[in-house]
Amino acid sequence: MFGEYSIGDLGSIFVMQGFAGLILFSVYVLMALGLAIIFGQMGVINMAHGEFMILGAYVTWMTSNLFQSYLPSLFSGYFFLAMMLAFLASGALGMLVEWVLIRHLYKRPLDTLLATWGLSLMLQQAYRSVFGAREVGVELPQWMLGSLKVTDSIEVPINGVFVMALTVLITCAVAYVMYKSRWGRQVRAVVQNRIMAGAVGINTAKVDRYTYALGCGIAGVAGSAFTMIGSTGPTSGQLYIVDTFLVVVFGGAASLLGTIASAFSISQTQSTLEFFMSGSMAKVLTLLAVVGILMLRPQGLFALKVRK
Amino acid sequence: MNANRFTNRSELIGILVLAAFLVVILPLCLDVFRLNLVAKYLTYAFVALGLVICWGYGGILSLGQGVFFGLGGYCMAMFLKLEASSVENTKIQSTPGIPDFMDWNQITALPFFWKPFHSLTFTIAAVILVPGIFALIIGAAMFKRRVGGTYFAIITQAVAAILTILIVGQQGYTGGINGMTDLRTLKGWDIRPDHAKIVLYFFEVGCLFICIFIAQFIRHSKLGRILVAMRDQEDRVRFSGYSVANFKIFAFCVAAILSAIGGAMFALQVGFMSPSFVGIVPSIEMVIYTAVGGRLSILGAVYGTLLVNFAKTSLSESFPELWLFGLGGLFIAVVLAFPNGLAGIWQDHVQPRIDRLISSRKPKAESAWTDNSVADGAPAE
Repeated sequence: MFGEYSIGDLGSIFVMQGFAGLILFSVYVLMALGLAIIFGQMGVINMAHGEFMILGAYVTWMTSNLFQSYLPSLFSGYFFLAMMLAFLASGALGMLVEWVLIRHLYKRPLDTLLATWGLSLMLQQAYRSVFGAREVGVELPQWMLGSLKVTDSIEVPINGVFVMALTVLITCAVAYVMYKSRWGRQVRAVVQNRIMAGAVGINTAKVDRYTYALGCGIAGVAGSAFTMIGSTGPTSGQLYIVDTFLVVVFGGAASLLGTIASAFSISQTQSTLEFFMSGSMAKVLTLLAVVGILMLRPQGLFALKVRK
Repeated sequence: MNANRFTNRSELIGILVLAAFLVVILPLCLDVFRLNLVAKYLTYAFVALGLVICWGYGGILSLGQGVFFGLGGYCMAMFLKLEASSVENTKIQSTPGIPDFMDWNQITALPFFWKPFHSLTFTIAAVILVPGIFALIIGAAMFKRRVGGTYFAIITQAVAAILTILIVGQQGYTGGINGMTDLRTLKGWDIRPDHAKIVLYFFEVGCLFICIFIAQFIRHSKLGRILVAMRDQEDRVRFSGYSVANFKIFAFCVAAILSAIGGAMFALQVGFMSPSFVGIVPSIEMVIYTAVGGRLSILGAVYGTLLVNFAKTSLSESFPELWLFGLGGLFIAVVLAFPNGLAGIWQDHVQPRIDRLISSRKPKAESAWTDNSVADGAPAE
């Protein structure tokens, strides 16, 4: 298998495949962060998570078109505005969905799955009606194209580096919000004991709504970042939803660190395997390994020790 | 009243009504094409039936029923495909006697796991055993470690994704994304002409009723009561000395085998099998049939399946844009407003009226109806 490559080549291949894995890792982390909040913290199985992500992608696409036609001089910086808009749009939709749908179902987690699946079908059809069934791709500003030459044989694409930097930034922000801010403490209090949290004066309904909205908003940002490395269609979200759930479950549902660790191991395994076999077999083996490990260790990689 | 009775009077009436509907009314009213559509829908009813036992009574939501449907279907399709690829039928291929898709993928000999499927007996055994054993392995691994609820749902979903990717990826052995097409005969009997479709329809309805009786039996036996108890208060059942895991595994295996029978029927009826009936989307749709029919009602599952599929076919024929909105809205409405589905609506609104009507005419009949309400008193959430 390795015979035809020299050691230097092999090193470069591993680095480049590793880097491809890192980009996949960034997308997984961004998607899984939102889901870790919604599923891990609130216990809501949000099957429409992929559609919130795609909403962010479409918002980014629209912003880029808008800049292209009206503000071509500012085009190089449109992405930052697009990301904020994506966050706001997905977050607002999330808030609406929570108010209409999710708040009635906190006691029936399995039913949230069915309801949000219905929601995802409706959103998909809405995207198809509004944006058309064809996939759309955004045009990247000039400075994001091209690649950085690290050594003679190793090149890394700039948009990939950008997505990774973004991921690190958002992860730190989420970690700060969840573990250091007053609001994050309230969220965790509500999750651990809703009745007690209400008794000490936390408005649990409001905390729920904003938590859900935050999770959806992060999904929107993930979608926004996703446009830089792939095109967006009405059903793109569905492709990632199972992977994302597996990432969250594998990491241990209530742990942000676990989510990151599991996203890293899954994406690296997959992209390294992809080099040696067909993409579908790499995916099958990765998912099988994850399911196998979950059967042996159902609580995931990093489990919080809590009393049920 | 004896709680272990196989079935009580009103349920018997319900089964007879369903039988009349499927055996007499539908074949008389519909042409062969539509009847074949009904037959296709009824194959999903097997899955819905399994989900009633597993999800409605056992409280185990499996999002991977498509896996078992697919395994059953593929076992049957492999047998039919081998029969269709006899040496004289495939003499234009570079290797005659193997299925056409293998020939296209430069495979020159029949893979070892295909060989036993020359025998119909083995195939029928495989239709039941392969999914059963697979469910046993998954169930044992999960339930013995007390994994349940949402985690179980997500893992079964992942299994469905894995199997789909595997089938699509291994084109030479499975026919890939197109699946196994061009199935022709069953033991020399052509399954494609109209009269064969009608015979197969009645055969399928017969199998469905056998499965309904099995489900009824499970539900009215002590086992069914333990399942309900387990769903509502798992720890208490465990503290009473029952092995909760084993009961869950049993319910999951029964659901898997019922789905597999449905899948095998599908391969016979529709004449092909493809990975599009295995993945996550069809699996969740199957859950919806059960939810619409009523997750606690065995007959409701059949009606729910027929209704959703009829709506799907007619809506997607005339308003393709609206169909997904309709389906999505239906899920949400069922979950929010009617958690017990059609059967719940029937029991809460229609049946009391009929009861009143009957009891005002024949006061003696009342005892039978009240007995029914006790038997159906499985608590809603």
